[in-house]
Amino acid sequence: MNSGDTAWVLISTALILFMTPGLAFFYAGMVRSKNVLGMLMQNYFAMGLISVLWAMLGFTIAFGGTGPIIGDLEFAGLSNVASLDGAIPGMAFVGFQMMFAVITPALITGATADRLKFSAYAVLIGVWSIVVYAPIARWVFNPNGWIFETGALDFAGGAAIHINAGVAALAVVLVIGNRKGYGSEPMPPHNLPLTMLGTGILWFGWIGFNAGSALAADGVAAQAMVNTHLAAAAGMLGWLLVERIKTGHATTLGAASGAVAGLVAITPCAGFVGGVAPMIIGALAGVICVFALAIKARMNWDDSLDVIAVHLVGGVVGTLLLGLFADSAINGDSDGLLFGGGLELLKDQFVAAVSVAAFSFAATYLIATAIQRTMGLRVSAEDELLGLDQSQHAESAYTS
Amino acid sequence: MKLITAVIKPFKLDEVKEALKASGASGITVDEVRGFGRQGGHTETYRGAEYKIDFVPKIRLSIVIDDDRVDDVVATIVAAAATGKIGDGKIWVTDVERVVRIRTGDEGFDAI
Repeated sequence: MNSGDTAWVLISTALILFMTPGLAFFYAGMVRSKNVLGMLMQNYFAMGLISVLWAMLGFTIAFGGTGPIIGDLEFAGLSNVASLDGAIPGMAFVGFQMMFAVITPALITGATADRLKFSAYAVLIGVWSIVVYAPIARWVFNPNGWIFETGALDFAGGAAIHINAGVAALAVVLVIGNRKGYGSEPMPPHNLPLTMLGTGILWFGWIGFNAGSALAADGVAAQAMVNTHLAAAAGMLGWLLVERIKTGHATTLGAASGAVAGLVAITPCAGFVGGVAPMIIGALAGVICVFALAIKARMNWDDSLDVIAVHLVGGVVGTLLLGLFADSAINGDSDGLLFGGGLELLKDQFVAAVSVAAFSFAATYLIATAIQRTMGLRVSAEDELLGLDQSQHAESAYTS
Repeated sequence: MKLITAVIKPFKLDEVKEALKASGASGITVDEVRGFGRQGGHTETYRGAEYKIDFVPKIRLSIVIDDDRVDDVVATIVAAAATGKIGDGKIWVTDVERVVRIRTGDEGFDAI
């Protein structure tokens, strides 16, 4: 067992965990004040529910047995985990993967802001994490997984986390519909300082998310760390440049969003690219995602906090750009189009993106519809007007 | 007795307060309000979504004063709060039926 590798994975686990509160505040600052606790609660609650489900069942579905689609119960309830010991303890890997499982469904909350019933949300993410996330994690991250076997690369979850959550968010939005007043009533962010704080925490934690995915304290991790940071930086600059030209102002929300877009896009690429590639990838994501904001208006989808534009589009951008920029000299055996690998990897990346998106969308749509038709997924009109804080949690965020 | 209500630009509050104290006014109540008259709002942009913000933040002062002092106080407020630009605000004067000092139970002029 390598203590350096183990230490780094343990630290990364804590960094990634911190990203869920970071996401919570990133989103919470952008909603109206009557819903701020509702948004925070949805994200923090994921830390509770998904962790337990992952320990009981999620981990074994993703990493138990040898099947290409779903796992067996080998690791159910975290039994037999020591059999995974290697350079790092199996248990370190469990904890590390757990934090990915926790944050992925939480991403959906941005799109469905201000209108989910809390009890139904709990059922939604609980079921989703077992039926959608765990299998997809297996397909992409597990060497036995069928997408991994195709040769598609996803260093830290561009497809498994971001494309997955992005289309899932779209599916739920289609089931629950748009917020009352969407399009006619102004709903500006109520506390951008919270959003900026959340952004900082996400950026910080993402170093664990991406560099930790090297599962080793080595040169690949170092490359992933630098790539991650540069992509965030370039993403911010790209977004701000477009924003300045289009609207006349560079905004704090734009800076935050651009950084996150860059971070999303570099996620699949982090340990496979080098040189100036992370800056190109980040900048492209920053630019493309600004333009992607227009999709929801055109389609009349109330993706409240732009999960589609940033996570789905950013995830697709990164996943496909990896097909161009992958460099086997950095890590791995595959080269992208620009490094002499031809179109093979790009093709595999495309198939991976489409497969994850198709399954996630279909499965999430079914789950959300089932919940909507039984217990009801969306709050009543009165509760939506009152706000989630009071209606779902009997609380007020700002009492003085 | 009269109630003087003045809606002024927020950054003028300190100046108005000091001017009122200097002129002998014994107390004022202040709230943060929003409003518009002739002053236009402005536009804010969040991720490409434009919001027309009609309301402008203002401060509302409330002063209960005896009839003889009304003109003096109004003039003091106008002098301190004016900038000459649109949005300086408005003052209106209304009747007060009864005033009570809570601590002592005094009424009328002794309560102001």
